[in-house]
Amino acid sequence: MMYDVIVIGGGPAGLAAAIKSFEYGLKTLLIEVNDRLGGIPLQCIHPGFGIHYFGEDLTGTEFIYRLIEKVKKLGIEHMLRAFVMDIDVLAHNRKKLKVITPGRAFEVETKTIIYAAGARERHVFEVGITGYRPAGVYTAGEAQALMDLYGLLPGEEIVIVGSGDVGLIMARRFALEGAKVKAVVEIMPWPGGLTRNVIQCLHDFGIPILLSHAVVKIHGSKRVEGVTIVKVDEDLRPIPGTEEFVECDTVIIAAGLVPNVDLLRMVGVVIDPATRGPKVNELLETNIPGIFVAGNALVINDLVDNVVEQGELAAYGAKLFIENDGIPASRWIPVRRGRNVRLIVPHYVSGERDVKLYIRVSRPERDVYVAIPEIGKKIYMARVMPAEMITFSVSHREINSLNFLTVEVIRHGD
Amino acid sequence: MYKVVIIGAGIVGLSIARVLSMYENLSITVVEKEPDVGWGATKANTSILHPGHEEDPEKHPLRAKLCPEGNRIWRKWVEELDIPAKFPGELMVFFNEYEAKDALKYVELAKKNRVPGVRVIIDRDELKSLEPNISPRALGAVWAPTAGQINPIKAAIALAENAVENGVKILFEYYVTGIKVKSGSVEGVMTNKGFLDADIVINAAGVYADEISRMAGVDRFFIRPRKGQYIVFDPNAEPKVKRILHTMPTPITKGVYVITTTEGNLMIGPTAEDIKDKDDVSTSYDGLEFLWKEASKLVVELPPRSMIIRTFAGIRAEPSTGDFVIEAYDNPWGFINVAGIRSPGLTAAPAIAYMVRDLIRNKLDIKLKQKRFWNPYRKDIIKIRNRNWSEVKELVSKNPLYGWIICRDELVSAAEVIEAVKRIQGIGARITLDGIKFRTWAMMGRCQGSFCRLTIALLLKEYFRIDIGKITFAGPNSNYVIGDIKIIWRRGIRK
Repeated sequence: MMYDVIVIGGGPAGLAAAIKSFEYGLKTLLIEVNDRLGGIPLQCIHPGFGIHYFGEDLTGTEFIYRLIEKVKKLGIEHMLRAFVMDIDVLAHNRKKLKVITPGRAFEVETKTIIYAAGARERHVFEVGITGYRPAGVYTAGEAQALMDLYGLLPGEEIVIVGSGDVGLIMARRFALEGAKVKAVVEIMPWPGGLTRNVIQCLHDFGIPILLSHAVVKIHGSKRVEGVTIVKVDEDLRPIPGTEEFVECDTVIIAAGLVPNVDLLRMVGVVIDPATRGPKVNELLETNIPGIFVAGNALVINDLVDNVVEQGELAAYGAKLFIENDGIPASRWIPVRRGRNVRLIVPHYVSGERDVKLYIRVSRPERDVYVAIPEIGKKIYMARVMPAEMITFSVSHREINSLNFLTVEVIRHGD
Repeated sequence: MYKVVIIGAGIVGLSIARVLSMYENLSITVVEKEPDVGWGATKANTSILHPGHEEDPEKHPLRAKLCPEGNRIWRKWVEELDIPAKFPGELMVFFNEYEAKDALKYVELAKKNRVPGVRVIIDRDELKSLEPNISPRALGAVWAPTAGQINPIKAAIALAENAVENGVKILFEYYVTGIKVKSGSVEGVMTNKGFLDADIVINAAGVYADEISRMAGVDRFFIRPRKGQYIVFDPNAEPKVKRILHTMPTPITKGVYVITTTEGNLMIGPTAEDIKDKDDVSTSYDGLEFLWKEASKLVVELPPRSMIIRTFAGIRAEPSTGDFVIEAYDNPWGFINVAGIRSPGLTAAPAIAYMVRDLIRNKLDIKLKQKRFWNPYRKDIIKIRNRNWSEVKELVSKNPLYGWIICRDELVSAAEVIEAVKRIQGIGARITLDGIKFRTWAMMGRCQGSFCRLTIALLLKEYFRIDIGKITFAGPNSNYVIGDIKIIWRRGIRK
């Protein structure tokens, strides 16, 4: 049995990729490791999903149900509780997957793969917290799953480490259940999440955010009894003498996500240290022909709309790949990071197709242009910040004669 | 029939249980204060099976004798009990002339303790061929080919399962509050859950062994807790080491080690910090920085810090006597101390167990009768990890739950988790998330359980009818959740 596309991961990127592939008439199989489709949005009962994609403000659960329903209505072949153990690249247009699922271990072949396995959360040991290792320490996503998929409460006096969107949303979520959120602690001098979330999740609930602070130690041998919080200097180093003990029974780590790329690494996919996801071209194809990546496995997104868009783009890539026996491109132009740009996806463009660039800055700035100097194109932005991904579209006509392309953030007037 | 109570289900107590379970006229009970086996010093140490060339027989005769003996016995036990272990040999690395001179001492000690193959290597090519990632700054090293590594918590679990199979009873969450001595003989132990009759009481209580000893009226040593911190890297972290590498020992430590564990993680440690609190297993910024600095000396480079997946600390029982305290007494007759089992205690444990048997035979003058049927073997849980495709297919077709992957990082299936729980029940321990972790290695990977803990909790509910509200990490007061989501509101609105 030879598929055109096997999609690995049944979250928003994978569902969108499977739907689009199927609509292109490609023989498609969707593989999901959990016992239901949907991925992380299933546990996101807050609104803010689908404003761009559906033109409506939906909860994550509502958003993802629309995609799940579509997969079911179209009758797209999918497997649950199925785990891809290995990918064998037999030829540029032939890959063999080893898949196991309860009661069955089998091999399946495909021309292309769309890898959409999402991300994992950074945990307590990755953020330099020392001290004890008691019960009561959770990642934000784990706490969210406990609360909003299974109706279980992790604790009642909460300190949240990191002010990314997940951390902010969980602060509000705990407050809504009557738990006391003592503080959201952020090591950087600015919040890690979207501004709307800082306002709606913290300010509206009177939850303090401690910027330029870090949790350095967890206390309590069986259950968390408190944390030591310190102020940090400009180099993010603890300032001696600023230690403060805060009593709590629960520590939530919301210190960011890391793309889940272990399987890709095994196959030899090249990883970008900036995104921690694979290096890809404008159709989201990796260095291994016919392996595409979308969603948080590619780059950590802050809007599900972008995730879905990447899934669809990868499906378009798979279609082009199958029609042309490879992605047609006469050459690949590297995309370079310029001033105040922390990451860009894609990493290579052909100049033969229009491109949407996903960009994150290193530090917040006001009154700037996001610019591509080679073509003299720039967009004014009143404010840029690391938490908010910037998208920037360029047409193939603008870039087809370039040898490389740089994206930079320049100050107004420079 | 003699009733034996062993206090402490760590590597020492359980090794003793294994050896004594060979005799039909001993009825053996192990009492353990924790909910499961090996949760003291056993679970958190460097996991080395030392060769025995670092022990001075004049200063520490027991350590010098029992370490190389234990190293030999473990080779048999790890096969019989299916314990993850390897014997890659070790390089004690020196960096200057002063240390080089010191190194010769260990070759001498090796001769005295009859540790085979120990020699100094200064030839760069030979060092590189033994350990490709050795630091270019290394001047030379003491090579000890018999050094090995073991998974210590899995060793304790294996010993416990086998001991129970051979008739040993383990009582969990029993802590000893007193030892009854009458007319110069022990009569039993008092515990939080009642009195246990005993003709022989063996004190293998780790850092608490001095307190137990005093309960029996033997007050000739005390235990200082000594803490060791460690850093564990992602299994993908490179470079790894082929051999055990460590810096030169000091009077208080065996140096800082860089190893690749039996499970394939690069690990560095330990610190050696004398502390007051016997339960202080906290890590510290300074401790971890010290490790980073020391370990960096040994290898070409360490992986990036972003590849750290866990830091931890363990406590060792440092005796005031320096050497192990392994002795039986005329008064109280029947009381045996196995105390101060600091490094190389893990290595020495099997030899200690045989020494305790000999004390019972010779000092207590009890004639031991060998059992006719004693089972030396035990098999570990069959894992899906590291199997070839045809084995995977066979496993999944025999037991469908092998096809349900619970922990993606360490590749652990539902079948293994369920088997682990049955084995926890089999030795009478409490079902905990930590207990499942140590048996399956789920939750040990790069996500440290953030994905699979919840799945495991749901599985416990589905297959063992355990209420998720009652699931704990490590026994009482360590619940996974505090209750259902409306529990605070139901108690009344808080201010």
